[in-house]
Amino acid sequence: MTSIGTADLKRMFDAIAVAIEADKDRLCQLDGVIGDADHGIAMALGFGAVRDALAPLDLAAIEPTALLNTAAKSFLNAVGASSGPLYATAFMRGAVAVKGKATLAGADVIALFQAMAQGIQDRGKAEIGEKTMVDVWLPAAQAAAAAHASGKNLSESLAAALEAAERGAEATKDMVAAKGRSSRLGERSLGHMDPGAASAVTVISAMRKSLS
Amino acid sequence: MQTKKIINDGNRSVDEMLEGILAAHPRHLKSAAGSPRSIIARDGPRQGKVGLVIGGGSGHEPTFLGFVGKGLADAAAIGNVFASPPPDPILECAKAVSGGAGVLFMYGNYAGDVMNFDMAAEMAAMEDIEVRTVLSTDDVASAPRDQRQKRRGVAGNFFIFKAAGAACDRMLSFDECERIARKANDHTFTMGVALSPCSLPQTRRPNFEIGPDEMEIGMGIHGEPGIARGKLKSADEITDEMLDKILDEMALARGDKVAVLVNSLGSTPLMELYIMNRRVKQRLDDIGVAVHATWVGNYCTSLEMAGASVTLMHLDAELQMMLDHPCDCAMFRAG
Repeated sequence: MTSIGTADLKRMFDAIAVAIEADKDRLCQLDGVIGDADHGIAMALGFGAVRDALAPLDLAAIEPTALLNTAAKSFLNAVGASSGPLYATAFMRGAVAVKGKATLAGADVIALFQAMAQGIQDRGKAEIGEKTMVDVWLPAAQAAAAAHASGKNLSESLAAALEAAERGAEATKDMVAAKGRSSRLGERSLGHMDPGAASAVTVISAMRKSLS
Repeated sequence: MQTKKIINDGNRSVDEMLEGILAAHPRHLKSAAGSPRSIIARDGPRQGKVGLVIGGGSGHEPTFLGFVGKGLADAAAIGNVFASPPPDPILECAKAVSGGAGVLFMYGNYAGDVMNFDMAAEMAAMEDIEVRTVLSTDDVASAPRDQRQKRRGVAGNFFIFKAAGAACDRMLSFDECERIARKANDHTFTMGVALSPCSLPQTRRPNFEIGPDEMEIGMGIHGEPGIARGKLKSADEITDEMLDKILDEMALARGDKVAVLVNSLGSTPLMELYIMNRRVKQRLDDIGVAVHATWVGNYCTSLEMAGASVTLMHLDAELQMMLDHPCDCAMFRAG
């Protein structure tokens, strides 16, 4: 029986911060091809701010919802940009999804994951196929939910999510951007992976490793 | 290889710049209490006046905060380099300049800015401040004519903010200020050309690659790729290529009036801007269009990028009056 507590979620955010920091240069380079070359900076800044905001919290005294809301606010205020509102909304929706729970069972983590993906889609109003992070988050959330519904445990479900995330990011290479800054490029965005999709895979991969 | 910059710490560059700006312009600017990224005009915001809040990423100076002052914008919310500010500093700007007559949010049309400013507008509504938003979409290169609402806002911001700020300063109603702001945007057209890349203070790496003998027409002010790359041409040829696109959209008639802005993207010097402006004037003379006013210099930059943009605003009596309206900002004065 899986049980994820506030301290586990903090460790997950710390792991994301480490993974994103290590991936910063690659993300900036991807963004330089079809955008303004700052995506890695923004993501590293955001998850660095989350790590710093969570560090002083008394983890024994607060529930996952409070931790997720702190993450949302610190990410948003450090970053702005596009990724700020998108990830802040993800964490706030995740916070609502697990409200009132002191620890999370596997099904709660799956619900949290789905709420995050839905929050990103609602805030950015992107659809599948428009070459954004939605092309990673939505299929990953669906794969996690489907795996869990078919009886897989949390670890196996998150592995399914990561596989779908990687496929989703790869698929953005064949898409023409329809949302965000690169949408002004039209066909010239073809052949390049969307940087927001690439960083989403890094985030999901760190979540899987940390929560499995 | 890292680019050369006069900085201390790439992560502190925006805040250190703001400290320097407040030190240089204490008569014009202050930051909102507890919100250093909210820059407020000392003179301007007042009871009964529509407040004008502009803003966006850093790296485009003097856009945005250089245009904060009496007769133009009341406040600017400052983001990281090339990144929208988050909602909090935008909200603090709205609160600081609200005179009970409504607050206009004006900024360039970018997905990140729209999300953050919309969140701030929702938060302002909860504090009983009515906010309306007018996006600038003057960059002709960034989407086809029938998708004007998808275009980016670039150097034409200067004309659009100037007209809206004048309407607000003349104590016009919220409806009138919004109408004039939208009209100003509809009448403003910009094309840019980039010759060499810029680099972010945090990375100090060129943010795109371009050959030593190449130029890119239509490149965005964050180095977003443009519409066509080719061999570097002469000033007249480049200016013609840009003007052809602008004039094609403007439907100017003989006897019409325009305002002209020839803007450096950062490192292109005044000499080259004035050579371009010479050609702009020749072309407008050829079609019998009068130039009411011309501005040449650094108005909307992209860090140290080399390149320039040309903006024309099609004037009628009302927009001309708004451009002529006096203003006194930290980095710009008129009238």
